[in-house]
Amino acid sequence: MDHREPHITVQDLTMAYGDFVLMRDLDFIVNRGDIFIIMGGSGCGKSTLLRAMVGLKSPAQGRVLYQETSFWDTSPRERSRIMRNTGILYQSGALWSSMTLAENVSLPLEEYTDLNPEQIREVVSLKLALVGLAGFEDFYPSEISGGMRKRAALARAMALDPEILFFDEPSAGLDPISAHRLDELILEIRDSLGATVVMVTHELASIFAIGNNSVFLDADTRTMTAVGDPKKLRDESSDPKVRAFLRRGEEG
Amino acid sequence: MSTKPTQPQIKITRSSTDDLLVLLSGNWRLGAETPLVDDIRGRVESEPGIKRITFDSDKLNHWDSSLLTFVIKVRDLCKLKKIRVNISGLPKGAQKLLALATAVPEKKDTRSEEVRESFLFRVGQDTIDFFRTAGEMLTFIGEASASLGRFLIGKAHFRRSDLTLTLQECGAQALPIVSLISLLVGLILAFIGAVQLKMFGAEIYVANLVAVSMVRVMGAVMTGIIMAGRTGAAFAAQLGTMETNEEIDALKTLGISPMDFLVLPRMLGLTLMMPFLCLYANLMGILGGLIVGMGMLNIGFMQYYNQTKGAVTLTDFGIGLFHGIVFGVLVALAGCLRGMQCGRSASAVGDAATSAVVTGIVSIILATAIITVMCNVLGI
Repeated sequence: MDHREPHITVQDLTMAYGDFVLMRDLDFIVNRGDIFIIMGGSGCGKSTLLRAMVGLKSPAQGRVLYQETSFWDTSPRERSRIMRNTGILYQSGALWSSMTLAENVSLPLEEYTDLNPEQIREVVSLKLALVGLAGFEDFYPSEISGGMRKRAALARAMALDPEILFFDEPSAGLDPISAHRLDELILEIRDSLGATVVMVTHELASIFAIGNNSVFLDADTRTMTAVGDPKKLRDESSDPKVRAFLRRGEEG
Repeated sequence: MSTKPTQPQIKITRSSTDDLLVLLSGNWRLGAETPLVDDIRGRVESEPGIKRITFDSDKLNHWDSSLLTFVIKVRDLCKLKKIRVNISGLPKGAQKLLALATAVPEKKDTRSEEVRESFLFRVGQDTIDFFRTAGEMLTFIGEASASLGRFLIGKAHFRRSDLTLTLQECGAQALPIVSLISLLVGLILAFIGAVQLKMFGAEIYVANLVAVSMVRVMGAVMTGIIMAGRTGAAFAAQLGTMETNEEIDALKTLGISPMDFLVLPRMLGLTLMMPFLCLYANLMGILGGLIVGMGMLNIGFMQYYNQTKGAVTLTDFGIGLFHGIVFGVLVALAGCLRGMQCGRSASAVGDAATSAVVTGIVSIILATAIITVMCNVLGI
């Protein structure tokens, strides 16, 4: 990336459940156009960090800045403006199960745009076609496979052409080929929409295939222990834990 | 090999002054009766000077985890008695598994310890919890009211189809069970009344008894309880599953209020339908009374009809419908509240549904008591 303009800045962030501190002193910058990976062992707080970034869980301390605006300190109106510019793909897809795929994708459009029903239908068809689900408009989430559900959820996340896309373990539970296709799709979207992507994952294949910046959360010290390009971290990191993680525990 | 005994057995011999040799033989399978460690304990305690225990597995036929648990027990015993254990006589696989089992030292703090808490501590804790849940409930009621306010000024966003679906579920689809229960309640009231009133020759007043009790309270209470079990639980389960499935998070991050989008149509639907269901339940209850009156007490249809007509006033109907509306709000609130509070697991959804029914029924009974006392005070 030649234009390294900070898009999301996490400053001095501490996340806690009651008295239990999950992660402390998180400090990193996600640049515009990055595919930023949040990685770490199971249960170290990756998803919680994501929840703090997207506004589902207020941090115990610290700030999340979108460009210059501090998300948790700003007005609700400004907050919803920021949220409107983000799309989130949840771990389980989280499609609304009582609605068809078309209704799922059109809800954000109905909520935030003035498009008429005909235009909305067109946009919905386009988004579903982009993720390879053309013709599945009237299916319910329970009628399609897990991989298709993930892709449909991606279509919903992209409905408003967001500037930032968050992914929570996108390839969890997918077969290698579907996972690879999803990776390609994420790359495509980043390149064509110019979006910033923040992704929680521990799939090494996708980390190296698409990630160009990352943060490593360590469960034992309860803070971040490395930040930077995952490929560089694998080869050059001085922290044995980071190297072990990125090499599946194989030293070398 | 085939001549080996099938039962797992041990033979303990003193192989030298320092050593105790344990000869293992037979099929060591889970479920078979394994020898007791107490035999070894007995030998160790009765013969001083033993410094090491060794195993011999030459006669061992098959083995599985039962052998490993036995050896681990022996090892724990030896640790207490400060005796060394040599496992080199065990099968290779068993040695490896034992090494694996002891590779990571037991983590002490993972097993939550039973901390004995004093009575005062628990009372305090429960009091704090009570105020916290009461606070959550109040917050929810406040949010629901705000949502209703937004609806009244036309700013709440929800799907029409959600509302019509709730109307259908709380309306037409509830009719069969409401019919059955109300008819039977009417029958029961009439039967019990008939037995008592017969003593005074006042059978005709069965009509008054059934009509007034059904119309004023019983119709609404029975409908409320049915709806708490039927619809309240369904609301809690639906919203709970959505919470588990991150669907509610997905709404929130899209800036759509789950209150407006999910809770409001359910509350409106149930609250709109409850008065109608109550009216219907009243009718069915009176019909039940009529069946007893005509069949058992030989009261004529017109006689029963006129008696009923004279017994109930419009005020009674009004009070009954007021009960119905209140119960509708309460059941919907209880169901939605428990659904939104749901944790993120399958059992949490079940708990939410159960809790919704309990909360619903308790609040119905409480509300009935309050309204009845209020009516009494006001003289209506």
